Amino acid sequence: MAQVQLQNVVKKYGAVEVVHGINLEIADNEFVVLVGPSGCGKSTTLRMIAGLEAISGGDISIGDRVVNDLPPRHRNISMVFQNYALYPHMTVRENLGFSLQIAKRPQAEIDKAVDEAAQILSLAEYMDRKPGALSGGQRQRVAMGRAIVRHPEVFLFDEPLSNLDAKLRTQMRTEIKKLHQKVKSTIVYVTHDQVEAMTLADRIVIMRDGHIEQVGTPLEVFETPANTFVATFIGSPPMNLLSGQIAGGEVAIDGGPKVTLPDQFAGKVQDGQKVILGFRADNLMPEGHAMPMEGASAEFEMVVNLSEPLGTETLLFGSLAGKEVQAKMLNPRPVADGERLQFQLDLTRCHLFDAETQQSLR
Amino acid sequence: MNENLQHRIRARLLKLAHFVALFIAMAIICVPGLWVVLNSFRPTVDIMAKPPVWIPRGLNLDNYRAMFGAVGEGGVPVLQYFTNSLIISVTSTFIAILVGMAGGYAFARYRFKGKAAIFIGLMLTRAVPGVSLSLPLFIVMAKTGLIDTHMGLILVYVALNVPFTIWLIDGFFRQVPIDLAEAAEIDGCTRWQAFWKVEFPVARAGVASAGIFAFLTSWNEYALASQLTRSTFSKTMPVGLRDFTSEFTINWGGMCALAVLMIIPALILTFIVQKHLIAGLTFGGVKG
Ligand SMILES: Nc1ncnc2c1ncn2[C@@H]1O[C@H](COP(=O)(O)OP(=O)(O)OP(=O)(O)O)[C@@H](O)[C@H]1O
Ligand SMILES: [Mg+2]
Repeated sequence: MAQVQLQNVVKKYGAVEVVHGINLEIADNEFVVLVGPSGCGKSTTLRMIAGLEAISGGDISIGDRVVNDLPPRHRNISMVFQNYALYPHMTVRENLGFSLQIAKRPQAEIDKAVDEAAQILSLAEYMDRKPGALSGGQRQRVAMGRAIVRHPEVFLFDEPLSNLDAKLRTQMRTEIKKLHQKVKSTIVYVTHDQVEAMTLADRIVIMRDGHIEQVGTPLEVFETPANTFVATFIGSPPMNLLSGQIAGGEVAIDGGPKVTLPDQFAGKVQDGQKVILGFRADNLMPEGHAMPMEGASAEFEMVVNLSEPLGTETLLFGSLAGKEVQAKMLNPRPVADGERLQFQLDLTRCHLFDAETQQSLR
Repeated sequence: MNENLQHRIRARLLKLAHFVALFIAMAIICVPGLWVVLNSFRPTVDIMAKPPVWIPRGLNLDNYRAMFGAVGEGGVPVLQYFTNSLIISVTSTFIAILVGMAGGYAFARYRFKGKAAIFIGLMLTRAVPGVSLSLPLFIVMAKTGLIDTHMGLILVYVALNVPFTIWLIDGFFRQVPIDLAEAAEIDGCTRWQAFWKVEFPVARAGVASAGIFAFLTSWNEYALASQLTRSTFSKTMPVGLRDFTSEFTINWGGMCALAVLMIIPALILTFIVQKHLIAGLTFGGVKG
């Protein structure tokens, strides 16, 4: 059993607090992705779990042990570093076997574990090379191999793919997912790439400025973002956000059209309350080029400033109430810049956030 | 003439010019050394001849024979000097490397109060010419009874070399990514194991270069050694060279023979570690 628990974990560097008492429970065998903008404390959190960084407050437990003051070697974890951190003076084989060597396991057992890892990651041909003679993707695989030979309780990944080119990244992403299915361990994975987060995670933890903003499955955080930050951080393009005010069963967008208050928010808002209306580009489409909308919808006109054809659909950049709004056009036809189109907004998929707290009103 | 041919000829000529220039430069660098070697094999008459005799005529081992011969017939206690030099250089280098590694690692990895000041202080000691210390050192050594002992010179050479080894080794450890040690710790190492199994081997080239520089400094040092040693008990080879000067004459041949004996170990050592040395001087090949 290797669940990981963070309770009120605080990290301070001198007087500066960079992680502000976060709470997180990671279940056994769960793949959890920490995601957030640069500098939000993802690596710090991961390194505290690893024991590479002392914690300034709170408790971290792995399995049923509190590990607050244990050095990394007593935590039964593996970590894959962003720049791989392979031992340059050792061959791939030695790199893979290093942890077992240190643990003074019998040579036969080491060889077996190393060969097994090499096979899982297709490293067999490179075993006698030094890391310097490997490509980025191969090094990445060696780093993962080194992590799996020990069968640790928890794997920690810190942006393992960020040094790879786009194609290799996609490929390695799949391999990591497969790896998780094979080795069945708890994984904590740090990235700032929301696509990686969405595709890999059982649950996503979205962090900002040393706080956890939301924890949920990829679909949960996509479909029911807890606040405007999550709404814009998850999903591409980011969610459109327009400020407005509740006025008698309608949302009056500041300086723009009024749309009917979506049913799901009836009774959750007060008249006159300042709100932010959020919707994704996929839910705003020009008439005649839209998905049939099952529930309530709103209609308004918008000028299209720019269009980006993507093949099966075209991304439209319009302006509404002085703000840029992105929409999608299905079965696209060429759209001239400056063209005025009638748009349909799927109200059932709209979000409302309180303008003050930025929290979802759902 | 065809343009390609012209370029090819020009490239060839340029290459030739390079060789010639290199040869001249190397010759200038090597001539004194070769001259010493040559002189060690011939009589004083040839050495002092004017105009100089470049092409050797009649080489022999007389100088060497005399040097190893009995005292009073031109012999000097070569073996004793050699042993002294070896003991003093090896011991002081070993200590300087140990201290240099500890210090260099601390400077590269840890933050502590007054780090910059200490570092600058260490470097400033390099700005003091060694000879200017000879009198104070002499007095201190005399008071502590370390004159004419191995220990005295070893201490001096350690002090002389430590700032340099710290500086050099610090530079090398700085270039070893900190992640390597962290990865090792996660792989089950203690801090100590992580150092010896990962960081040290990766920075080995730097330690080797620091070692050879420290060794050569001690091996060749003359000014301080000539003040602090008295007898065959502690005289090093550079000081031993002076045995060939007497009131009215200088035995150049004998001196050259001893100088050759002095150069040989240094050359051998340099050859042994030259791979590391070159790797060390062109460090940066360590990629994670
Ligand atoms: N040694 C340190 N001393 C002081 N502040 C630090 C130190 N290390 C990190 N920080 C600060 O802690 C905060 C979190 O850093 P962290 O490395 O965890 O960010 P991150 O989320 O991993 O970002 P990135 O995506 O850029 O890697 C940052 O604001 C950073 O400036
Ligand atoms: Mg980071």
